[in-house]
Amino acid sequence: MRLELTVNRDPYRREVAPDASLLTVLRDDLGLTGTKWGCMTGDCGACTVLVDGEPVVSCLQLAQQVQGGEVTTVEGLGRDGELGDIQAAFVRNGAAQCGFCTPGMIVAAEALLRHNAAAGEAEIREGLAGNLCRCTGYNKIVDAVLEVGRARSAAT
Amino acid sequence: MSGLLVGAILRSPHPHARIRSIDISAAEQLPGVHAVVHAGNVEQRPFGYNHDNLPLKGDKVRFIGDELAAVAAIDEETARQALELIRVDYELLPAVFDPFEALDESSPPIHDELPDLEGNVAMRWDFDHGDVAAAEAEAAVIVEGTYSSPQAAPAAIETHVVIAAFDPDGHLTVWSPVHMVFMYRKELADCLGLDWQQITIIQPPVGGSFGGKIDIDPHDFITVMLARKARRPVRLVLSREDEFIGTRTRQPIHFKLRTGADAEGKLLFRDAEIVSDNGAYNGWGSHAMLVAMNTITSMYRVPASRVRCAVTYTNKNYGGSVRGFGNPQATFAVEQQMEELADALGMDPMDVRLRNANQPADVTPQGMEITSCGLTECLQIVREQSGWDERRGKLRERHRGLGAAAYIHVGGGARIYGSDGCGAMVKVDDSGQITLISGSSELGQGSETALAMIVAEEMHVPLEAVHVINSNTDVKPWDVGVHASRTTFVAGNAARMAAADARDQLLETAAELLEAPVDRLRIVDGTVGVVDDPERRMDYARLVRRRLLREQGSVVMATAFYDPPTEMQKEYRGNISAAYGFGAHVAEVEVDPDTGMVRLLNLWTAHDVGRAINPMLCEGQIEGGAAMGIGLALSEELVIFDGRIAAPNLHDYGLPTALDVPRIVVNLVETIDPRGPFGAKGIGEGGIIPPAAAIANAIADATGIRPREYPMRPWKVKGWIDTQERSIVVRNDA
Ligand code: FES
Ligand code: FES
Repeated sequence: MRLELTVNRDPYRREVAPDASLLTVLRDDLGLTGTKWGCMTGDCGACTVLVDGEPVVSCLQLAQQVQGGEVTTVEGLGRDGELGDIQAAFVRNGAAQCGFCTPGMIVAAEALLRHNAAAGEAEIREGLAGNLCRCTGYNKIVDAVLEVGRARSAAT
Repeated sequence: MSGLLVGAILRSPHPHARIRSIDISAAEQLPGVHAVVHAGNVEQRPFGYNHDNLPLKGDKVRFIGDELAAVAAIDEETARQALELIRVDYELLPAVFDPFEALDESSPPIHDELPDLEGNVAMRWDFDHGDVAAAEAEAAVIVEGTYSSPQAAPAAIETHVVIAAFDPDGHLTVWSPVHMVFMYRKELADCLGLDWQQITIIQPPVGGSFGGKIDIDPHDFITVMLARKARRPVRLVLSREDEFIGTRTRQPIHFKLRTGADAEGKLLFRDAEIVSDNGAYNGWGSHAMLVAMNTITSMYRVPASRVRCAVTYTNKNYGGSVRGFGNPQATFAVEQQMEELADALGMDPMDVRLRNANQPADVTPQGMEITSCGLTECLQIVREQSGWDERRGKLRERHRGLGAAAYIHVGGGARIYGSDGCGAMVKVDDSGQITLISGSSELGQGSETALAMIVAEEMHVPLEAVHVINSNTDVKPWDVGVHASRTTFVAGNAARMAAADARDQLLETAAELLEAPVDRLRIVDGTVGVVDDPERRMDYARLVRRRLLREQGSVVMATAFYDPPTEMQKEYRGNISAAYGFGAHVAEVEVDPDTGMVRLLNLWTAHDVGRAINPMLCEGQIEGGAAMGIGLALSEELVIFDGRIAAPNLHDYGLPTALDVPRIVVNLVETIDPRGPFGAKGIGEGGIIPPAAAIANAIADATGIRPREYPMRPWKVKGWIDTQERSIVVRNDA
C-alpha cells in the first residue's frame, strides 16, 4: 500500500506492506535508525516517536494507522547538526551510557515537557515509566529532564 | 551490505529429549532459502568450559531453547517458514529441574556422554582454612540459615546481533557485540575448524551487555556456519524472547551458611554449603563460585572457613558471567548473617562489621593481598548519612526499617587465564592528533572516556585531543576482554604506559631541537617549552613533523602491555587481583504488613573507587549497578515451570522502571590504590552487589522476619510474615 508521511518536517511517500509497523518503515524504508527496538512488544519504549505530537511506541503502531500524519523521531529534535536541548542535557548529566534507550527516552521526555515544562520529579518518573533503561538507574535521566524543564519554563 | 541474508534458529521445545531424526529437505527446497544447517551437515567441535556443548545439537537437547538447526533466507518471513518445515523426531526423556535433585546419583543423566560424573554434578569447588571444628566449639554465638536466588537475566535493552561474511578468499569478518573478543575468535576457529589468522572481529557500538554478551554463544557459531554454507553474508538478530530463552543468565545459587563469633562479636568461622543451579551446560558461569567463595572467606577477617560448592547440571537455560558474577548471591547470604549475628549478640551490626572489616595490607585466607581498602570508611559514611545509630530498630511501628550490606570484589583484574593483560598503542601524528589504540572494548560503561582521560593526563593535552580506537581485532593489540571490573585498571595502566612512552619520544625530539636537556623541559597543553625561556617552545604537531620529515626520520608511536602482578589460584589460593574494591550500602524500606509490598525509600552508597578518574562515570556505574541490584532484590526473576520460562518478556521479567529506583546517594571514597592508574580501581560491578542484602536486612528491621530468597516480591514477604520466618540462632552463650 501507498504511505504518505511527514517525518521530521520532510514529506515521504513509500510503498509499504499493509502489516508493516511504523518502526520498520522508519528504520528500514527511511533509514532513520536513531529509533531503536528492544522488544517489539511495547515493553521497552526504545522505539518511542511522536505522532502528531503524542508519544507512541512505533513497534506496535501499524504504519498505515499514521497515514498522512506527522512523525518526529530523535533525528528531528536537533537542528542543523546542533543537539536539541534535551540531548545536550543528557550529555551534560551523564544520562546516557550505552545510549540504546536514549533516543526513545529523549522523545518521551520531549512529549512530557511539551505538555508540562514545569513537571516535577514525580511526574517525570511517571512520564518515563514506559521507557526502560538498563544502564543508568534513571536518576541522571531525571536530572537532565528536570534541568531542561526549568530552562524552558524560565524562557517562557 | 549487499546480499545480506537473514538467519533464524530452530530451538528445542522440550527440556530433555533424544533426537531420533531431523529432516531438513522441505526447508531446503523452499524458494528463498540459501542454507539450512544442523548437526548432520556441518563441521563442529564441542566448546565451553567442560567441552560439553555443541552449537547445533545432534544427539540430545537439554533445555527449552537449545539450538537444533538454523536457516539463512532472503527475508524474515521466508526464514520463519523454513523453520516450520524442519521436522524433528524427539524421544522425550525425564528431566531434572531442581539442583538438589541433580545432586542425586539417580537423577536422569543430562550429560551421559561425559564419563565420571556423579549424578549431575558438573564441578565441585571445596576450600578449607583453619580449624572450623575448634572455632565452632569456642563460639559464643552461631547463626545458621539458607539463602537463595532465582534465575535472572542481564537484559540489556539491545538484543544480540551477529553478522558474518566471508570474502571470496575465505577471510571471515564477524560483527559481534562480544567483549572477550580474542578468545571469541579462537573459539570460533577451534570449533568450526577455521584458520584463526583469517578471522577479523569487529565490535560495533553495543547497547549494553552486563555480561550477557561477554562470551561466545551457539548463535555466534551458527551465524558463521550459515554464511559459510550459503556463501553469502548472514545477519542473525535475536528477538527479545530468544534473548531470554537462548542467551546466558545469572545462575540461581543456594547457600546454607553458618557463621560463628565470640561474645565480643569477633568472627570465628564460616561454614558454607553451596549448590549452583547452572543449567544445561557448563560455561564460565560455573566460575561464579570462585567469587562467591571470596565473599565467604574475606571482606571480614574470618579465621576459619569451610566451603563446599557443587555446580549442577539441570535442564534449564545455563548460567553465564553476569555483572557481579556470583557476588550478589553470596553477599545476600553473608551480609544477612552479619546482622543476624549482631542481633543475637545484642550488638550493633555496624560495630560488628567494623570490628571484623578487612584493612589495608590484610592477606585473606585465600591469599588475596589487599592493598588499598576503604571498607571501614565506606561503612562509616553510610552509617552516618542514613542516621543509622538513631534510627535502626526504631522504625518498626511505622513499618519501616534500615538494613546495611557491604562487599568485596576484584578491582584490579582477575587472573583466570594465563595472562590478565591488555595491550595499548599510542601514536601522535603530523597534525598533533593523539590516538590510543586499546585492546579493551566499550560497552556503554564509559571506558573510552576514562582511557582517553588517562592518556590526556599523562601527555598534558586536553581530552579532545585524544581519539580512541578499540573495536577491530586486526588493529588492536591483545586483551583478555571486558570482565571482572578490570578495564579502567588494566587497560588504563596499559594506556598510561604507552602514553608516557610516546610523551618521552616527543621530549627526546624536543630536547634535540630546542637544545635543552629533558629535565629542563615542561609540557603545557601539548606544547613543550624550556623552563624560564618562553621563546623556546614547540607544539606536538611540529615536533612530530620535525622528527618525521627528515632523513632517517621516525614516527611517534609507543606500545605497552600491562599484565597485573597477580597469580593464578591453586586450590583456590593465590592473589587473583592486583587490587580489591569495597563498598557499603544502607537501604531504607517500608513494608506493607497486609500485602507484603516493599517500597524502597532510600539507598545510601559509598564505594572505594581508588581514584575517580571521571566522577560522573563512576556515579553512573554505581547508580546503574545499584538499580540492577534493586531489580534483583525486589522484582527480577525468570519464572520457570517444568523448564519453561513462563513469560519471556521485559514486562513480566520485572526490569525496574524510573518509578522503582529511588534517589541513590553516591559517595566516592578515594583510597588511591598504589597499583591503579592514578590510583583508580575497578567499579563496574560494585553497585549491583549489596542492594539485595541491604534490602533484606531492612525488611528484617521493619518486620522482624528474615528473608530467605530474592526477589522479595510481596507474596513472598507476606508468606514470611504469616509463617513468622525468623533468624535461626543455633547457639547463644553471649
Ligand atoms: S521495541 Fe517498541 S516498546 Fe520495545
Ligand atoms: S543507556 Fe543503556 S539502556 Fe539506557
